[in-house]
Amino acid sequence: MNKNAIVVNNLSKQFGQFKAVDDISFEVAKGEIFGFLGANGAGKTTAMKMLCGLSMPTSGQASVAGFDVYKENESIKKNIGYMSQKFSLYEDLTVRENIKFYAGIYGIAPQKIKEKTNQLLQQLVLEKEADMLVSQLPLGWKQKLAFSVAIFHEPQIVFLDEPTGGVDPITRREFWNLIYDAAANGITIFVTTHYMDEAEYCNRVSIMVDGKIEALDSPGNLKKTFNAKSMDEVFLHLARKAKRIE
Amino acid sequence: MSPLRYILEKEFKQIFRNPAILKVIFIMPVIQLIMLPMAADYEIKNINIAVIDRDHSAVSNQLVQKITASNYFKLVSYDNDFDAAMESIENDKADLILEIPKNFEVNLYNEKESKLFLAVNAINGVKANLGAAYLTNIVQAYNSDFRIETLTPVRFNEIPIIEISSSNWYNPKMNYKIFMVPGILVLLITIVGMNLSSINIVREKEMGTIEQINVTPIKKAHFILGKLIPFWVIGIVVISVGFLIAWLVYGIIPLGSYFTLYVFAAIYLMVILGIGLLISSYSENQQQAMLVTFFIMMIFVLMGGLYTSIDSMPIWARWFTRLNPISYFIEVMRMVVLKGSRINDIAPQLLIMVIYAIFINTWAVLSYHKRS
Repeated sequence: MNKNAIVVNNLSKQFGQFKAVDDISFEVAKGEIFGFLGANGAGKTTAMKMLCGLSMPTSGQASVAGFDVYKENESIKKNIGYMSQKFSLYEDLTVRENIKFYAGIYGIAPQKIKEKTNQLLQQLVLEKEADMLVSQLPLGWKQKLAFSVAIFHEPQIVFLDEPTGGVDPITRREFWNLIYDAAANGITIFVTTHYMDEAEYCNRVSIMVDGKIEALDSPGNLKKTFNAKSMDEVFLHLARKAKRIE
Repeated sequence: MSPLRYILEKEFKQIFRNPAILKVIFIMPVIQLIMLPMAADYEIKNINIAVIDRDHSAVSNQLVQKITASNYFKLVSYDNDFDAAMESIENDKADLILEIPKNFEVNLYNEKESKLFLAVNAINGVKANLGAAYLTNIVQAYNSDFRIETLTPVRFNEIPIIEISSSNWYNPKMNYKIFMVPGILVLLITIVGMNLSSINIVREKEMGTIEQINVTPIKKAHFILGKLIPFWVIGIVVISVGFLIAWLVYGIIPLGSYFTLYVFAAIYLMVILGIGLLISSYSENQQQAMLVTFFIMMIFVLMGGLYTSIDSMPIWARWFTRLNPISYFIEVMRMVVLKGSRINDIAPQLLIMVIYAIFINTWAVLSYHKRS
């Protein structure tokens, strides 16, 4: 088996005249926490959707969990988890029902669903809220639940698209603890974020500007290369060059 | 366990948790089925007539009495001034003007011939047509009575009269409710089914949950079936409620079997729900889906053979109605309810529905893309 979870070569996505993703290449190692940064409209979400099999690439190659994004997109889906920018659990179902539904469509055995659900509710301290409608939960709890649902079927890789947007600092901290736990269990994390303190938590980060990857290294090395004190400075230095307006 | 089971469980929970949907499913059809057949009456009564009597004779009096005694006409003015009568038509107070000329009676006796003038307000075409026809009938009946009473004995009558006596098969009393209720029931399950299914997939698009679904290894056919089956069950329940109301309120019991009707309804619902899902999968948001559904529904209903007769449409329109699933179900409904047709009598319609269902649902599955 390949030691890389994700391999991307010259991947592009064009909408008419607009190159949303312009010839990007990178690799993500198994078990890595990979930060995918960029300003709004830089093409992060588009790139991520191609890797998840939600969007067809225009050109280039990519493989996820060893499967080709063009031909084996349904095999990729069995091996990944995904949490989108927009909260996407069913608001009119309870916590427990959401877990059961998503676990069920991944084909997990009913007995196992039951056991793991109780375990998860305990871990998230959501036991009391288990039979409440998801719409009644505060945002931070929803995000933690969405993440847990995304990795419930034990995927090899999980894609997180701005998972902590609009969440308070304490909950963000808790959220990152969940991410570390998942990484410790061998799940590769591919995460986009706007928070530069979160970028510091990643093993490696890439910074996208106008559809291209402008920098890719560990946060420590990036700071050295750009002679910056923080990731914030690195990001501002690169993102200022952007010509695209959202 | 198949993923389909989980999808169905989720869909049913969502449906029964939405109070608006429950009202749409149960209360609306009941109200409509009780209200519509009472109102949608083909018989035209209360035609307003203005009579201008310039004769004021025994005969003209008799004629006016015959007309007002018929229950179809309401005398709104009785005058000898044409302008006043014309004004009542212009004010929409009268639908017809009957003018009885001077010397009507004298001419009738002396010259064996007399004329009447009839003016019709054709703004309401149906009322005008029927009104003129009823009135002609009454005048003709009066005419022959008059002839028998006052003129030559029947055997010397030089004009032979052909009398037509008709009997109405399958609906002997021409009870329009027996005719309308089954048809309205078809419209109801069509409206309920198509509306609910058309806003379903698109709702997941709006909520953003469709993306989460698309990133799972769910099979397209499972997803579509998961959407179809709950509404199919609801459709069967709605039609059962409809049959119950038809029996309790209108005393309508099909001459044929309920089984035949359910077999056809089962296939028919697949067609209707398939069309709804197809609209849903092409729409961007719920408003768009509802608008398209409304447009299609209008054409289906108006060209379905309930409010307009398909046989009197132009040929191109008749071809068009062959694509209209409503026209098949209304036809089958009437065959089974009024004539007692059996399953092999409706086999041609059933076969067309099966082909239609397969075609539409295959299209619905193919039109749903997990990847853009």
